[in-house]
Amino acid sequence: MAKQYEFPSKGLPYLLVTPQMVIVFLFFFWPSAQAIWQSFFLQDPFGGRVIFVGFENYAKLFNDPDYWASFRVSVLFASAITISSMAVSLFLAIQTNKKIRFDSFYKTMMIWPYAVATMVAGVLWLFMFNPNVGVIAWLLKYKLGIEWNHLLKADQAFLLLTIASSWKQIAYNFVFFLAGLQSVPLPLVEAAAIDGAGPIKRFWTIIFPMLSPTTFYLLVMNLVYGFFETFPIVHQVTAGGPGKATQILVYKVWRDGVINLDLGGSSAQSVILMIMVIILTVVQFRFIERKVTY
Amino acid sequence: MIEQRKSARAFPHIILWLAILIILFPIYFVFVASTRTNADILSAPMPIYPGSHLVENYGRALSEGAKNLGASAMTMMKNSFIMAMGIAVGKIVVSLLAAFAIVFFNFPGRKFCFWAIFITLMLPVEVRIMPTYKVISDLGMLNSYAGLILPMIVSATAVFLFRQFFLSVPREIAEASQIDGASSMQFFRSILVPMTRTPIAAMFVIQFIYGWNQYLWPLLITTKQEYYTLLIGINRMLSGADVLIEWQIVMATVLLALIPPVIVVVVMQKQFIAGMTDTEK
Repeated sequence: MAKQYEFPSKGLPYLLVTPQMVIVFLFFFWPSAQAIWQSFFLQDPFGGRVIFVGFENYAKLFNDPDYWASFRVSVLFASAITISSMAVSLFLAIQTNKKIRFDSFYKTMMIWPYAVATMVAGVLWLFMFNPNVGVIAWLLKYKLGIEWNHLLKADQAFLLLTIASSWKQIAYNFVFFLAGLQSVPLPLVEAAAIDGAGPIKRFWTIIFPMLSPTTFYLLVMNLVYGFFETFPIVHQVTAGGPGKATQILVYKVWRDGVINLDLGGSSAQSVILMIMVIILTVVQFRFIERKVTY
Repeated sequence: MIEQRKSARAFPHIILWLAILIILFPIYFVFVASTRTNADILSAPMPIYPGSHLVENYGRALSEGAKNLGASAMTMMKNSFIMAMGIAVGKIVVSLLAAFAIVFFNFPGRKFCFWAIFITLMLPVEVRIMPTYKVISDLGMLNSYAGLILPMIVSATAVFLFRQFFLSVPREIAEASQIDGASSMQFFRSILVPMTRTPIAAMFVIQFIYGWNQYLWPLLITTKQEYYTLLIGINRMLSGADVLIEWQIVMATVLLALIPPVIVVVVMQKQFIAGMTDTEK
């Protein structure tokens, strides 16, 4: 390959990347370094004394049943969101992709919830399920005999968070699944139909394998959403409760840092979360690289 | 298509209408609540059709907000808008410049810059709350627009999208502009940026929504009412005891927070979908 043309300037490129680099260093690398640094110290929250404690903050976390409970509920929560929202959006994308009338109307109606803030999605469903004024809570109580109170019942709190988070995430998955489905070559599907494959067989043997890059990408993105971006819903709807039943990891970082002022412990948790995100990023990137060459 | 039976043709329509009803269900009741008195809402079950207090409720929300909040939805909308625009425009400008440098220049440290930016790709602010808060507080940016906007501009997505697009631009254009005597910045301004308008529009939609919908960060750094965004206002209105909540005002504010980004997505749907699926590639 011939060498690509490049502008000859020496100083200019540095000037051009400076704003981005300043922001990245100031608001990403510096805070990250701080988090790593602080995770090795025990700090007096009111300034003053700092004691180096090595890995004690980490050891404390790993011996803390609360931390493991939080870990467990985060994994369950992220999995519940990922599975439910991906399954529903794939199903809806398949229906929209059937060359039916009004498909662009349907598409718009599926996509707009993407614009709703995670926190607002939480408030919408909170209002539906509020034990005193909620329409659904009322229906459940007086029509089905189910006493709804997510402030007291852990499984109901978990269910409500999952509904609100998945409701919002369906739009995102729908966009990608529909784009993926539209790139499946139609002649291939028709050839299989002529050979006698029914719609279900065609889906599992042709369409689903061809969608696998999209599915994998969405799997990672949904896990990231479920683990890290659902803080607003948890904060608004259950505040980690009842008790600590829905205290996911990002909520615990916030509570320990902002409310309990345990900087060392909160920083150690931040470091662990950052490692998790970086692993997911690398997995995602490796995969994208492979797809590009393929 | 392949299937021809009538029942098979009706099936997707039934399913999709069902989905639309479920998606719209909470929005409808929030709208009904925003047109009623608080007494209507508290006398559960709330009536299922809209009431006659629409103008009154939205008027009060916009001009003064709920009792004890001390911020009107008008002010909060202004703040949400400034934050969303600041993040969208700031991110696009900064990322265009960085991507231009990385693609069109060869300089020592280019690889390093690329990786330093890349590593921030998926890292949400949620995982580095305390130290970022400290940086902003040390810079004296608590309760300020700069504090709301600047840390949210960190993110590699825009740099990557623009980088990909720039890589597909034929280099002969750059070379020719150079031969014609244009400087590299003239090439950037009058040739490259106009060529990039589709990805820029896509990024704008995504980042505007991202900025408008920020929650944790404004929650941390805005303690003064005049800097509340809509979402923070809603949180504050809901944080009292249930009986003290003015549901009708809260629900009007919820719709005011929800409608602007939805309009942006619906109107710019094409750019939005292109932008989302392009960052994947």
